[in-house]
Amino acid sequence: MSAVTYETEALTGRDFPERAREELRDSQLRGNIRKATTTIRAKTAEVTGELPDWQDLRRAGQAIKREAMRDLARNLEALEANVSRAGGKVHWARDAAEARWIITNLAQAAGAEMVIKVKSMTTDEIGLNPALAAAGIRPIETDLADMIVQLGHDTPSHILVPAIHKNRAEIREIFMRAMGLDHLGDQPTELTAAARRYLRERFLSAEVAISGGNFGIADTGTICVLESEGNGRMCLSLPRVLITLLGIEKVLPRFEDLEVFLQLLPRASTGERMNPYTNLWTGVREGDGPQEFHLVLLDNGRSRILADPVARETLHCIRCSRCLNVCPVYERTGGHAYNSMYQGPIGAILTPQLRGFAEAGSLPYASTLCGACFEACPVRINIPQILIHLRGEVVREKQATLGGRLGAENLAMQGALAMFEYPALMGLAQRLGRVGQKAVERDGRIDWLPPGLSGWTASRDMPALPPQSFRAWWRSRRGRP
Amino acid sequence: MSGAREAILGSVRRATERMPTGVVELPGYRRALGLDPAALLDRFAERLKDYDVTVLRVPEAQIATTASARIAERGIRTLLIPPEFPEAWRPSGPTLVPDSGQGARELNEIGGVMAGCCVGIAESGTIVLDAGPGQGRRALTLLPDYFLCVVLARQVVGLLPEAMPRLRPAIDAGRPLTFVSGPSATADIELNRVRGVHGPRTLDVILAG
Repeated sequence: MSAVTYETEALTGRDFPERAREELRDSQLRGNIRKATTTIRAKTAEVTGELPDWQDLRRAGQAIKREAMRDLARNLEALEANVSRAGGKVHWARDAAEARWIITNLAQAAGAEMVIKVKSMTTDEIGLNPALAAAGIRPIETDLADMIVQLGHDTPSHILVPAIHKNRAEIREIFMRAMGLDHLGDQPTELTAAARRYLRERFLSAEVAISGGNFGIADTGTICVLESEGNGRMCLSLPRVLITLLGIEKVLPRFEDLEVFLQLLPRASTGERMNPYTNLWTGVREGDGPQEFHLVLLDNGRSRILADPVARETLHCIRCSRCLNVCPVYERTGGHAYNSMYQGPIGAILTPQLRGFAEAGSLPYASTLCGACFEACPVRINIPQILIHLRGEVVREKQATLGGRLGAENLAMQGALAMFEYPALMGLAQRLGRVGQKAVERDGRIDWLPPGLSGWTASRDMPALPPQSFRAWWRSRRGRP
Repeated sequence: MSGAREAILGSVRRATERMPTGVVELPGYRRALGLDPAALLDRFAERLKDYDVTVLRVPEAQIATTASARIAERGIRTLLIPPEFPEAWRPSGPTLVPDSGQGARELNEIGGVMAGCCVGIAESGTIVLDAGPGQGRRALTLLPDYFLCVVLARQVVGLLPEAMPRLRPAIDAGRPLTFVSGPSATADIELNRVRGVHGPRTLDVILAG
């Protein structure tokens, strides 16, 4: 079983720019990603553009999420009470380890040797599959792209289409090897048919299913899962036992709130007016679906994010992936450079908050701050603002260590601070700079700096200091009208 | 694990205690599509066709005959019929199999299923099943490879917000909802939309009345 593990930047010394450089060498990957993002952008633009009230829906989505977060404790208690009343059992997990322990125990108690899974990034977040495998339970991913990733011992590269970096020939190879097939065509219809045959028997025989959830409805205890393939319907209605892992931020106050989110999510995500299947269920229903239902509510850093007044809107994310598709950085580097199951702009703010800056501190810098993600976001998360806020936090965390305080970057920045505070220092620096730049200036630009400063000019040039500063010019015209 | 529960709720309360309170006003998104009845049905049919669904528009009295012809064309020999399926809709031709609590393996061997629905949403071409009369438990409309769905004109609304009041009773009664918008599909391989992965590969709709 492939274990999805992500490196720690502080341990490996490999950060986003380094991983991006590697990914950029793969021209097949860049081609696949460019085709994917261009196609999805056009589709989402069309179906969001055809709604005259798209902007109102976005504002409504933001307002509902704000309210849901403000009343989160009350909403979670209501969700728990209503799920319990409907025959479900609610479990609470403070962190990934606790969630793994709860779910593994439930699956073992059900006597399962294998479990079928519906696409869930939250189960990736807690590292569930390796934990199940270690307990002798085989997790089977049933979403086509997740299957490709799992059978190919790979990691996901896109929130919505995790195997977007693989083309049909590569998928054919993976399927033939994993399914033990001698013949298989490489047409998408043939590959899809192979997945249908491979999984049908498993759907019919599985005792336990594990799912994530898109929304949990506080006032009714209803859980909502959106999907396309029907693998979700299979997992949610055929096995005897269903375990759903839900981040605590996925709660909506009222059933009626879905009228906003079920318009926003598919149109922003796959660019469809509606995804093929949306599943809603409430607890256990006799004679229909799983007769044992467990809801595991996961914190794992979410309540800590909620306490940050600037960054808390990170939790409003409905995982549509539209910000990836509009991001000029993601379009070039692809998803693996983000070293996380959450990639792109949302990953750049979510991953470092979930895992800490030691593990993922370079991600808030993986952006040009162009603002396309904010414009595209169906719930109006101000991602650029949160990126800048987190950059500040990264610096504050570095300054708290001796090495960071005495590091070149901090010294340079502290020097700059002093310079901007004292006009005399500023004037001196400008005079020195004008002398110093003579060796490296060409036509008013500097495109090379000596080692120590070369990091800046490695990928960009800068304007040279002009012959006269504004302040010198201002002094020289004193007394004139 | 009550320790975990209290710890999580406690830190959530601390995180949110200073957040502004007050009533949240929702912006004025559309609550109704506002089309006349004929245009509404046209929109619904048009949106279904975008999902590669065949839409058969007939008077209510012709549901059974239309279904019989369609099922014959599709070559379906066994047809699953949910509980409380209207007598007047019963097609002739295929062997009709009532829901008798069959297991998943038995349902998997049945060629097709015919069922009603709770509501149709024109703007997105969506049919919502609420496990009510003539629809039954979820597995019935999932395992057979062919799904023939009957939508009555009076069940069609314009926008999702118009559908919500019609869905609430099922939710309050603890029944599951399944929103169906076209046959199952995936775009996971090079973003080519492929119809029919695990759900029914073919969806036909009789839009009656």
